[in-house]
Amino acid sequence: MSNIEPARKALLRRVREGEGKASPSDRRAAFDNKGLTEPLRPLADKVARNAREIVDEDIDRARQSGLSEDQIFEIVVCAAIGQATRQYDAASAALKSALEM
Amino acid sequence: MRLQILDNGHGFGTKALFALIRTVSRQPILDVIKLVKYRPDFYGTPMSGVTQEAMRGPSFWSVGDRELMAAFIAKTNQCEFCTNAHSAVADLAYGGGKKASALLCDLDIARIDEPLRATLLMLGKLTREHAVDADDMRAVIAAGASPQQIGDALAVCFSFNVIGRLADAFGFSVPSPEAFGAGAKYLIARGYR
Repeated sequence: MSNIEPARKALLRRVREGEGKASPSDRRAAFDNKGLTEPLRPLADKVARNAREIVDEDIDRARQSGLSEDQIFEIVVCAAIGQATRQYDAASAALKSALEM
Repeated sequence: MRLQILDNGHGFGTKALFALIRTVSRQPILDVIKLVKYRPDFYGTPMSGVTQEAMRGPSFWSVGDRELMAAFIAKTNQCEFCTNAHSAVADLAYGGGKKASALLCDLDIARIDEPLRATLLMLGKLTREHAVDADDMRAVIAAGASPQQIGDALAVCFSFNVIGRLADAFGFSVPSPEAFGAGAKYLIARGYR
């Protein structure tokens, strides 16, 4: 059986807590999809919930607000990993529950 | 891509590597490669560790099955880049032909083992609705999948629910089938490191 947990925990630690161009608080907020302000809030929410609907203007708005491309890169990465983490955790809990009953 | 840094913000060594790959493969550098090679300490290297374990680590699923799951998750997310990329890898892993592409078209009539079909359907729901419940898991177990197989499938799902979102957000361009074919050969030979 594969074991992604050590690598997954290292990934989460790196993007949320490691050195970056965006602040750790913004990266954690993007990961949680909670607590961001405009223009990052709608961008992170779209990444999490409806990434295929993202258009150039979503990125442009973030850029025009003064954010660097590196900051946008980090925020988008954190939002994507955060949503995948919530899905993974929910499914793992459902599997555990199915096996206990 | 929507961020210029992902197209041309790489260091000198990486740009030289890209030039070499373009010359040898006669194909453009796939946007997913540009992404993982940009500031790799932040995303590419730690994410590759996860994906390599999920896709090439010990598993109760074959490499072809896991690549099919990746393609199915991508198709559910309507991510054209990842669907095409991992259909090509799955087809290669299954020994050539278009088995994966056919399975993606119709899970109901396609000839596919019941545990894999049930697992794919669960992954589809998880990807589409962002959650599944214990009844969904019991249905997969009843179809013959072991808890270990389900755990392995969830690992694949984690990776490709990250990668698909980034492909859409950063605006990966969809290259020719030949470029995907070259990428598929690389992923079969070298994995995700």
